[in-house]
Parts: sequence; C-alpha cells; structure tokens
Amino acid sequence: MNAGSGALPEPLPRVLVLWAPDWPVVAARQQEKLPADAPLVLIENGLVFAAAASARAEGITRGLRLREAQSRFPGIIDRPYDPALDSRAFEPVLAGVEELIPGVQVLRPGMCAVRVRGAAQYYGGEKAAALTVVDRVNEIAVSDARVGIADALFTAVHAARSTITADPRSRGGRVRLVPAGGSAEFLAPLPIAVLEEPPIVTLLMKLGISTLGEFANLDRFDVRSRFGELGGRLHALASGRDPQAFIARTPPLDLDVVIDFEPALDRVDQVAFGIRSRADDFVAGLVRARLVATAIRIELDSESGEVAERVWLHPRSFSASDVVDRVRWQVQGSNLIEAGLSSGISRVRIVPETVDEIGNHETGLWGSGLEPRIHHGLSRVQSMLGHGGVLVPTIEGGRTLQSRQRLTAWGDRSVTERSPQRPWPGVLPAPLPGTVFSTRHAVHVFAEDGTTVSVDERGHVAAPPAQFATSDSRSRTLTAWAGPWPLAERWWEADSPGRSWRFQAVDDTGCAWLLVLDDGGWWAEARYD
Amino acid sequence: MSYAIDRLEHMFEYEQVSPVSVSATSATAEEFSAGREARVGSTLTAAERVAELQSRISQMQSRTLSSTLIPTHPAIASLLPGGGLQRGSVYSVDSSAMLIMTLLAAPSAAGSWCAVVGIPEFGIEAAQRFGVDLERLVLVPHPGDQWLAVTAAIADVVEVVVARPPARASDSAVARLASRLRQRKSTLLMVGSWPQSEAMVSLGESQWHGIGNGHGHLAAREVTVTVTSKNAGRPRSARIWLPDASEQIRAYGAPEMAPAPLTLLPQQVSA
Repeated sequence: MNAGSGALPEPLPRVLVLWAPDWPVVAARQQEKLPADAPLVLIENGLVFAAAASARAEGITRGLRLREAQSRFPGIIDRPYDPALDSRAFEPVLAGVEELIPGVQVLRPGMCAVRVRGAAQYYGGEKAAALTVVDRVNEIAVSDARVGIADALFTAVHAARSTITADPRSRGGRVRLVPAGGSAEFLAPLPIAVLEEPPIVTLLMKLGISTLGEFANLDRFDVRSRFGELGGRLHALASGRDPQAFIARTPPLDLDVVIDFEPALDRVDQVAFGIRSRADDFVAGLVRARLVATAIRIELDSESGEVAERVWLHPRSFSASDVVDRVRWQVQGSNLIEAGLSSGISRVRIVPETVDEIGNHETGLWGSGLEPRIHHGLSRVQSMLGHGGVLVPTIEGGRTLQSRQRLTAWGDRSVTERSPQRPWPGVLPAPLPGTVFSTRHAVHVFAEDGTTVSVDERGHVAAPPAQFATSDSRSRTLTAWAGPWPLAERWWEADSPGRSWRFQAVDDTGCAWLLVLDDGGWWAEARYD
Repeated sequence: MSYAIDRLEHMFEYEQVSPVSVSATSATAEEFSAGREARVGSTLTAAERVAELQSRISQMQSRTLSSTLIPTHPAIASLLPGGGLQRGSVYSVDSSAMLIMTLLAAPSAAGSWCAVVGIPEFGIEAAQRFGVDLERLVLVPHPGDQWLAVTAAIADVVEVVVARPPARASDSAVARLASRLRQRKSTLLMVGSWPQSEAMVSLGESQWHGIGNGHGHLAAREVTVTVTSKNAGRPRSARIWLPDASEQIRAYGAPEMAPAPLTLLPQQVSA
C-alpha cells in the first residue's frame, strides 16, 4: 500500500468492472424460476434484504420489516436470503466473462473486475470490449448488466454504478468509460458517502466536505495526520489513485460429474449401478487435483423437469462407495410423496461442495486410530437403515424435555439453535428422567373420588391426584406427588402449545412419572426409571 | 460341563482348537487332580463342594475367554461376577434407563464409545448428567427387523452396546452374536432377559425421597440392585442410591461426595 507516498508510479492498468444490479434477487429468481417482473423480496432476520424492481416500485425498501412490506404490497413473494446461492449463481457469469477476457477477479457476488488492455486491442477498443461482455452476460443470466472502465478499481466500480440512471433499453447506456487520467475529474462530483466508511464520512460531512472532489483537494499529509492510515487510503481513492492490488482469480477445476440416463431410471438399484463407475471417476478426478471432498452436493433431475438437490457432509472424506450411498439415500428419500420426484431420474449431478488438501486426510503409516473404524462401522449401519438411522445426540437449550434434546444423523453437522448455557427458568429440577417418550402417552389422572384432576387458572389443584392409568394398562395408585409447575411458552403465537402444568408422581411400584396437564388433557411425558 | 460346550462352540466357530483352549485343558486337569487331593483331607458337604467347583469353573471360563474388565461403577461392580462388566460378554439388564446410564457412564468416561440400539425414548440429557459423554454416544432408535444385524455391526466397532430386542431371537442367532462379541471384545447390555447372558442385573424395590403429597420434588432414590449370575451361585444384591440428592450414584451408606444442592422449583414461566 503506497497511499501516502509521492508521485504516481507507472501508468495504472485499465480495469473493467462488470456489475449485475440486484444480484441476490436475480440469483433467487433464477433458482425459483420466477418471471422477471415477479415482486420477489429476500428476507434476512425478518427484515427485507433485497427487493426486485417491481417490489421497490410498490415502496418496499431494504431494512423494512417483513410485515410492513407485506402491508405495503400484499402480493410480494418472500424468500429467505441465501448468500451461498448468490456465489453459486454467479459462477456461470464468471465463466462467461472468463471466456471473453481471462483473469477475472471477483469483488463480491454480482460484481467482478478484469484487466481490459489486451481485450481492448483484440475487440477493437474499450467500448467494443465492454459491449461484448455486456451482451455475453445478458445472454447467460442477467438482463441488465452494467460495465464501467477506468484507471482503477474504485473508479471503475463507480463508473459502472453511474449507468444506473441510464435508459436500460439503450445498449450503449449500460457502459461508462472514464478516460485514462480522468479518474479525479469523474469522481469529484460524487457524494462523500460512496466511501462507505461511516465514522470518517460523518465527520467529513460535519466539517462541510460533501463531495469526493472537495475531499481530494485537501492536503494528503494533513488528511493522513488527522485520519490516520484509513483516512489516507480513502483520500487516495477519492483522488483517483486506487491502491488496491488487482488479483485475478484462478479458475476452479471442473470436478463435477454429470451422469445422464436415457431412458430415465425409476429404480434405486438401477440408479446406484449406473453411477458407480462415474463415482470412481469423480473421486479419481479429485485425487488428481490432490483434493478430497468433505461435502458434496447431489442434484437429481427427473424426467418431468423436477430437481431435487441436497448437500451431504462427511466427517472424513468421500470415497466412491460413499458417493454411491449418498445418491442411493437421496433417491430413496425423494421417492416419498411429499418431497419427491414423480417420474424417473434422467440426470444425476455430483458436485464437490467443500474440498480439502488430500494431505490433511491421508491416514498415517500406522493408521489414524479408532475414529475411522468407528466411522466405517456406523456408515455400514447407515447403508442398512438409511441416512437417518444412526443418530448423534446433543443437548440444546429449552424448557421441555423434548426441546432440550436434538438428534443429528451421523456425519451431518449438528446445528444448535438455542444455547443450553443460558438460564432456562422453568426447567425441571434434577435428577432428570431417564426415559423421555418420543410421543407422549395420553393418561387419565383421578382424584380419590374418581373425578379427573384439574387445575384452575391460579394454579390450585382441585383435588390431590390419587390414581392414574394409561390407556392400555391397569390403574396405578399414586403414593406421592408434587406440582403443579406451570409453563406457558410463546403464548403470544397462534400455534403456541398453550399453558401446561407439570406434575411429578410416584406410583405404588416405586416408579416415578412426569405427568403434564394441558388443554388436551393429561399426558405422561417421561418416566424416572 | 459348560466349559466343554464352550470349547465345542469354539471349534465350530474357528474350526480349530486355539492354543488358549489347549492350555486351559491342561489347567483343568491340574485343578481336578488338586480337587481330588483336597477331597481326601476335608469334610465339606456335597452342596458346598458343588458350589466351590462351580465357582472354580467359572473362574477358569472367564480366563479362557477374556479376563479383562471394562470400567464399571464401583457400587455395581462388586456385585458382578469377576468384579465388573467383562469384555466380550452379554448381560441382561432390567428395563431401567438410569441403571443403563450408570453402567454406560464409567466406560464412556474412560474414553469408550457407547451405542444404544432400539430405545427411541433414551433420555439424552439424563445420560449426560449421569456422566455419559455425548460426543461418544451413538443412537439407533429404530433398527426395525434388522436389529440383530445392526447390533452385531455396531458391536464390531463400539465397545459398549445397549440393545432392546423387539422380538425373541433364534438360538443360532444368539450363539452367532455371542461369538462375534467374544471375537470383537465388546460388551452387550441386553434390555430384558436374554439367553446365554453372563449375568442379569435387575432392580428391586425402589423408594423416592424428597417428594411429598403436593410438595417437594423427586430428589433421590434408593433402590435394590440384584445381580443373578448364571454360575456364581446365589444372587447378590445391594442397596444403592440411584441417584442421590447430588445426582451421584453410590452405595447405600457410602459417604456423600458433595452436599446436596438447593433446588429451585420451576416458578410461573411465561416465555
């Protein structure tokens, strides 16, 4: 970084920046196969993250609450925002640009840069090169790609952005060229806020500096001594000297494997057999690149055009037979009516989602201990029972016994939503029951006189419980009981479980039970045995 | 007698008489001659004689198979034949989750992997509180019809397996599983009764403390644990806290490890 140093070094390379406006929306629209004018809104943490132009026209802006957005325009189509999808969908665009001009640098999904000097000579001028790129990208994905060309990255980005006001129908309007040496002049009228460094920008605005030009007119050394290294860098940006180095990306190797079935197959074993040799190729391709896959994505296309895709993780790395197993499980799983493919499978695509250096996964000379053995054994059981047959438990935060335990399939990453470390007032006192019924059993709890025990609004037990009976067993006499311990979780939600009362009770055999009374009656939730 | 059957089984399974068995045979002969000498100079009754011989046979049997023990909770270890759970053996255990967790806790804490097959209602959090390391616990809640194959496959790699058989297994399947366990040196705890089990661990009369009529809460339980061994004579039983007021398991009368904590009962919660 030479922001504070003296005169410019050699002439800066010309940079082309390609910008696809509203990329998250475009990516999501492609994924969902929605029409271009669908009022799509992407939601993150309950707030609008991005909105399609048609939704913006209805007054929906970024940062709006979902409910507020729905009230402004009830017709919106809301989807959760998925950053991974952004990058994934941008990949074909990058490949397309790379075909025309090699050495693409990704700035973020939806924006990439490339050096244009050679391409300008090849296509006969910068404008011609830019238009070629725009046409190509519009062909692939985006209907409204913009290009800016300038001496430095920062200037080129804003040149591309400045085309947003242009008429989208004019082809030339999508490209903005800043002539060599004209960066400072181009940037000068831009508002200071484009620097996107809130603390410094706020201070500059308070000092009466509202455009980049005014900022650039300040003495470089004064800015540096007042605002430090960051201030110096921003000053360099504002005066058209972008110190950011240009790093071209290395195009990733094509490790995907696609298997087409003609005619389409509808039996699991046929599919498994059909992909077996290609699964070997897939793993061999990875090994050639000195990689192993720790996560793969499997996409199944059916004859009628449906797509089922799923990411499979592996605690170590995928071997060919593991890949075949995953495809088999996915086909089995998607045959279910609610999630599935209604017709035969015409194409299987295996994509390495996460790869790692093979050196990190090689077994040592004397093997790497017990873990691989455990994994092989449990994977074998998984191939007998299906992916969800072998489960690994974790404890989660929560108040009811069921909500505190989470089971994850062996090999999958366990995601804890609620921390068990937080205080959870209302949890049961220790010791905890050893048997927690996965579906609670309906029971009847009677008082001495044979009436069903009830609890009033204030938590008073009408008559002490004396007996209880499950639907299929004899009635048991209760020798001791405690409670009721009230619990009203998420009472404000429409689908809340409502208020419940928990009791502990000991029957005459010495066995203790956790009984729960709620709007649906009495239940046995767990047994202390 | 049962030793001879065992040896025959062994020959069937491995199609050879292993050197271990050969040395054991000579050991038997020595023991027998020693026994004959003893008979001459003693005035033991026949019943005592039989009991002594039986215990000697069982000792020798455990030596021929594997005399190594997996860590077992001391309150229960003293009741078990051989002083603990043995590798490569099957035990029948009463259907009590807390008893199972007690038996799992010690090997799990020592670094062994544990698996629970066919018990979907296994209380995970209670298991953790009892000392089972969840990092090394695997559950197969619904093995279905293949439960025997699944149990055997898991016993290949996991040291301690708990299984609840959904149906009676055939004698040949039982024998196959037993030989596989002996080979792999893993311990199987079968919930419910199981033929050819080394011992049966059952729970007797239990009494809960800390709970009254409408007040208090379940705090501690004392319970009788009885171990009936197939060839160690009389059942042995002991009264233990399962658990005591500080969630520890200890023999009745053993000193408390920590004072019982004060427990806050659940109050009105609206969240």
